[in-house]
Amino acid sequence: MPEREQIRRPKREEAPEEVIEETAAGSEQGEKLKADLDELLDEIDLVLEDNAEEFVRGYVQKGGQ
Amino acid sequence: MALPKILGIETEFGISHVRGGGDPIAGSTALVNAYAARLKGHTRWDFHDESPGRDARGSAPLDARPPMVETHLANTVLTNGARFYVDHAHPEYSSPECSSAIEAVRYDVAGEHVLRRATEAARELYPGAPELAVYKNNSDGKGNSYGCHENYLVDRELPFADLVVAVVPHFITRSLFCGAGKVGYEFAGDDQGHFQLTQRAEFFEEVVGLETTIKRPIVNTRDEPHADPKRYRRLHVILGDANLAQVATWLKLGTTTMVLAMAEDGALPGRALLPANPVRAFQHISGDLSLRAPFDLADGASITALEAQWCLYEAAVTYTDTQGFDAVGGEVDGRAVLERWQATLHGLETDPSSLAGSVDWIAKLRLLEAYRERHQLSWDDARLAAMDLQYHDLRPERSLAARLGLEVLVGDEEAQAAVSEPPRTTRAYFRGRCLEQYPEQIESANWDSLVFDLGTDPLHRVPMMDPLRGTAAHTEALLDRCTTAEQLLRELDA
Repeated sequence: MPEREQIRRPKREEAPEEVIEETAAGSEQGEKLKADLDELLDEIDLVLEDNAEEFVRGYVQKGGQ
Repeated sequence: MALPKILGIETEFGISHVRGGGDPIAGSTALVNAYAARLKGHTRWDFHDESPGRDARGSAPLDARPPMVETHLANTVLTNGARFYVDHAHPEYSSPECSSAIEAVRYDVAGEHVLRRATEAARELYPGAPELAVYKNNSDGKGNSYGCHENYLVDRELPFADLVVAVVPHFITRSLFCGAGKVGYEFAGDDQGHFQLTQRAEFFEEVVGLETTIKRPIVNTRDEPHADPKRYRRLHVILGDANLAQVATWLKLGTTTMVLAMAEDGALPGRALLPANPVRAFQHISGDLSLRAPFDLADGASITALEAQWCLYEAAVTYTDTQGFDAVGGEVDGRAVLERWQATLHGLETDPSSLAGSVDWIAKLRLLEAYRERHQLSWDDARLAAMDLQYHDLRPERSLAARLGLEVLVGDEEAQAAVSEPPRTTRAYFRGRCLEQYPEQIESANWDSLVFDLGTDPLHRVPMMDPLRGTAAHTEALLDRCTTAEQLLRELDA
């Protein structure tokens, strides 16, 4: 199979274990994301359909490709 | 040299009556008709060249059941070159032909605006009728699926069997970044977790086939080029998820155009990435949240979806180094796709949560996990299933995707403009401009022709068999000059 030579298949064991250093900026950004998410979760309860069970049960979509 | 990858994306939307009940065909019809009523003219679709039963393999198996052509349902053509209609029991928007992935994203987002405007139009036109909600997703969570299809212009000279080998590895492994995510499973099986990367993988049963509503195949053989059949194929891709993350749509389309261009130019690693069992591998990838579980290859080796994607990415880098980006959306968009492809694979490898602004399944899963933790819910709680559906709700007041800060590639203003203006780089330009300028004289339209009715016999069909012609470069001056349809037809005949 000559085609095989044309491409390097990355080996799984080669994948370097990257040490993710938590820089000050990185953790700040992480904190902000978390705060945003908390705010969003507060909002979800207001946005979510009133009766989740009934809403999910009633969502039926037939005749699709 | 590969053909320029003209492409389009079509979405069947989920539809429901907000207070329950209601007939989905009636609801879909109300949306299309109410939207069409706001347009200057209501140009009907011309079914002249529809043949969804034609099979790219030459002949279809005797038991194949392609979809019927439904000529009786609501159907219209828009001035942006798109088609908006009722397909089975869903409203469907098919984008105009585009010449780059980013342009197709613009027209996909325009489609979301069309559906929102249609919902408003229906509310106005039918006061007192039940309110409708539209969802850009692909599953009702109960074993019913509906599609988001892509279409790519492919050289007829590439044998279909080679095309299959080229696309299968990409189609199943690109799920890593273009899956829309789904809570749970809809069909019984082993080793099922609580969440999958894709909405659609469970619904696929075959590797190659003609059907789109049953026994869905990874590679669809519908051979309906809507263009000169001697030169072109239209590869009809049916397995993708509809995305709310614009980056996901962009990468899905951009990486696929690259794989197809490489296939035409013989620049792919042949059968080396072909799975032993493509259907099982697709479902396996969809269910593997670790992104690390390998699947078996036809040659006996095994590989992970990420490794396969790295191979394809590297092949694309080598390919575009020598061939440039002419066939894949041009230098600017093509290079940007490559860069984002690399960054995305790197993100998936090192820290998937870093992609919560660009990959739908990651955005959705992150939200579900946070909500689940806050309220101590089990994965089968109906609120999580409701959030899964509401992620895709197009109503701004209900949409969860709209609240997640997904990265914007196409701003609101640009998308609003694309609701009415056609792309300048394909034949959609001619279609859209004609509909804008001569709405009363166009009797019907479809992908490859326009039929004019000047009130005198006979009707006049203008064929547009080449998607690369009829662009602004070819026809803008002509259309600017021709203030009437009569003048246009006279000049075209001259």
